[in-house]
Amino acid sequence: MTVVDERPAPPAEVPRRRPGRVLALLRNSWRQLTSMRTALVLLFLLAVAAIPGSVLPQRGVNPEDVRDYFTAHPDLAPVLDRIGAFEAFGSVWFSAIYLLLFTSLIGCITPRLRDHFRALRTKPPLAPKRLDRLPQHAVLPTPAGGAAAIAETLRRRRWRVVVRGDEVSAEKGYLKETGNLLFHSSMLVVLVGVALGSWYGWSGNRLLVAGEENAFCNTRQQYAEAKLGPRVGSEDLPGFCVRLDEFQARFLESGQPEFFNATVTVDEPGGERRQADFSVNSPLRLDGASVYLLGHGYAPVIRYTDRYGRSQTSTVPFLTTGDPGLTSEGLAAFPDANVDPATGRRDPDLQMAFTGLYLPTAPQAAPFVRSEYPTERNPALNLTAYRGNLGLDAGIPGSVYELDQRQVRAGRVKEAGAKLLKQGETWTLDDGTKVEFLGTEPYVTLSVRYDPGQALLLVSSGFLLVGLMGSLFGRRRRVFFRVLPAGAGDAPGAGAADPAGGSPTSGSSLVEAGGLPRTDHPGFADEFAQLVAAVSGDERADAERAESDPAGAREGAE
Amino acid sequence: MSALSDQLVTFAILVYLVAMISHAVEYALGNARARTVAAPARELVGAGVGGSGGLTPQPPAATGAAAAERTARRARLAGLTAVVATAIGALLHLGALVTRGLAADRMPWGNMYEFVLTVSWIGVTAWLVVLWKRPSLRRLGLFLTLVMVLLVATAELVLYTPIVPLVPALNSYWFVVHVSTIVFSSGILLLGVVPAVAYLMRAGHEQGKRSFPYTLAKRMPAAAALERLTFVLHAFAFPIFTFAVIAGAIWAEAAWGRPWGWDPKETWAFISWVVYAGYLHARATPSVKRNVATWLAVLGFLTVLMNLFGVNIFFEGLHSYGGLD
Ligand code: HEM
Repeated sequence: MTVVDERPAPPAEVPRRRPGRVLALLRNSWRQLTSMRTALVLLFLLAVAAIPGSVLPQRGVNPEDVRDYFTAHPDLAPVLDRIGAFEAFGSVWFSAIYLLLFTSLIGCITPRLRDHFRALRTKPPLAPKRLDRLPQHAVLPTPAGGAAAIAETLRRRRWRVVVRGDEVSAEKGYLKETGNLLFHSSMLVVLVGVALGSWYGWSGNRLLVAGEENAFCNTRQQYAEAKLGPRVGSEDLPGFCVRLDEFQARFLESGQPEFFNATVTVDEPGGERRQADFSVNSPLRLDGASVYLLGHGYAPVIRYTDRYGRSQTSTVPFLTTGDPGLTSEGLAAFPDANVDPATGRRDPDLQMAFTGLYLPTAPQAAPFVRSEYPTERNPALNLTAYRGNLGLDAGIPGSVYELDQRQVRAGRVKEAGAKLLKQGETWTLDDGTKVEFLGTEPYVTLSVRYDPGQALLLVSSGFLLVGLMGSLFGRRRRVFFRVLPAGAGDAPGAGAADPAGGSPTSGSSLVEAGGLPRTDHPGFADEFAQLVAAVSGDERADAERAESDPAGAREGAE
Repeated sequence: MSALSDQLVTFAILVYLVAMISHAVEYALGNARARTVAAPARELVGAGVGGSGGLTPQPPAATGAAAAERTARRARLAGLTAVVATAIGALLHLGALVTRGLAADRMPWGNMYEFVLTVSWIGVTAWLVVLWKRPSLRRLGLFLTLVMVLLVATAELVLYTPIVPLVPALNSYWFVVHVSTIVFSSGILLLGVVPAVAYLMRAGHEQGKRSFPYTLAKRMPAAAALERLTFVLHAFAFPIFTFAVIAGAIWAEAAWGRPWGWDPKETWAFISWVVYAGYLHARATPSVKRNVATWLAVLGFLTVLMNLFGVNIFFEGLHSYGGLD
């Protein structure tokens, strides 16, 4: 029984000449696109099109999984990749659906906006001739003050009222359409916010080891991965610098994390150097970017003393392997080791590298491959030494966290023993050189982001919500009152009124009232009855009715 | 405290089971009565006042009348038992949640087990509210209690997780806002699917379909009332769900650095939201049949279920706190 004001489609024009036919075709397509049915179909398609993005791994969410998928399905994966299945939400088909939907939306709300503005400015319409034909109808004695008093009562109840002679027309519930339009328009603004963010935003991820010498400043080169929107240049990045001073973490006995906090020193251009804390759930807000704490780990400090007695110290972050005990693995490379200080000649076959596992809490007995707890209760570094040409000079980019396995396979790098080192221990290798495990520094992994669309997103979602509630809970309805000329007292239902009890000014004249719900509104009968009671000045009856109206009794109104 | 909570859950399941059986008995007696008394039209009216005076059917014969009266009394008793049992079940259920929360020293929404328990409690409580306002819908309780038994038992048997505190990412003010609203709206949507399914069956029955699932709806409230209830519940839940998703985005921005990242949970929330928007549209479009619209509501609920169970089980994402490894 919804009474929706659907715009009646104007009759299709009869095609006369050719250009007319093209135009008609266009116009018809547009009408099709902006119809509710099309919107429905597109909504449904949008939901369906979102499913692959949750089933298949997505590059934006988990690039490693995508790589694994390629290994697991070498035939299928490239095909899927070509249709954009691994970046489903940026793919052509997904974009096509939502762009069509939003086009339809624009086409749908523009005329409604216009109509609604017009409706807001026009007065409630003339009362229909026969009020008894309306869904709600009543006859009551005229209150003191006649039509003006009725209008006053209605106004107090926030109806929009117009008095025309003996007739009062009133309307209420414009909020429904207002809310609906606000809601749909806000959705457009949400899309604009998303677009702004992707054009003018940027983000980068990096790892930051504690200590002055590891501080980083915000340039593109400083990020392991950086993503700049199409309208952002490297020179647009704000030039702040961040140094990690301290990282605290607390864990439960089970190893489950309980608390993280990173303390950093921040240098912002034009600002004082300051210290700040941030954590998961409370990012570091800087001018023009936010810094989020994503993860943490340990960077073992390793000192290597070569054949010539020269020492080099390296603090290398070991990457966590994903187990709760924070077992991490990494590589400490010393390509400049064993350079003869007398000649300055470097022997490429004497470069050194150590790979290994770092266990914050090593087990009491072998195998030393898995840490038992995420804090450093029994730190141990399980190292394997490699000697030879690391391949770092060959110009082939390799990972800084992994030994170049090609060199190992080619026999250019040879293993030179393995040993478990406790903190402070020294290991003397077969050639008399020494490696020491000095301790660790904490590191954090950070995501640094700037998204100028976010404020707009927040505001428009707020409006969206408000509009939605208005739209769902608003109800448009009209009521009409007509003061009947005295003597017309034998109107139907007049017997119920008691003219003798009426006020002296009204004499025996009566008012006829009618009500019309314009949208689905099961409680309208009640509201109408209350309104009529209020108008006839019968507030007592009003209250009584409210009392004797437990919800159950309303069954009949359905 | 934790053990007490577990026991309360078991008791709640048993009591819901009792409620379900009582509803079934009422239902069966209703059928028997319909066979003895050839006045099915009165039936609805009788149910409408929740078993007050309206129940006296015109007797086709004097003996039949006495028997019918007796059956009607029994049916009424069974119905009453069912409602009381549901209420007791809801209280036990609430007790389980409160003790669990006390034992964990936080809101009981930290993993899938607690999540399902809370959602189903919201559902049953909302049902009692609906019942209070619209006693005529009582017979829907059969479906509702069935859903409750299934959900809570699944939670206990499959999803049970011992109490652990929250990981830091969940330890936020927005966690409470986001999860409470998600839980609340999911509970209402869970309740909403009950009249939706009942409507689909009842509407079929009213159109003269007499094959298996439709016959179940013989004693159900009128299709129009079911449809109306379906809409009211969805219209109520949808803005709350919308708010919950927005709150989730605000929280995700603080915790993960982006408001929306198409993580599987987020994706399925999006899908549910779009499907429910589709339902509201379909219902507002006169050219779309009501049962098509209602199917969309059912579909929407399937996507909510997918998010509750499926995503935690099948996919890996930032939201994996299901506690099932
Ligand atoms: C971008 C996708 C869209 C979404 C997510 C969406 C969502 C919604 C929702 C949730 C409602 C329910 C509020 C209410 O009942 O008043 C609604 C109502 C409505 N929408 Fe949309 N909408 C979309 C696009 C459109 C389009 C393209 C049209 C035009 C063809 C449209 C026309 C309407 C109308 C006329 C109503 C009012 C229905 C009523 O009277 O209750 N919407 N929309």
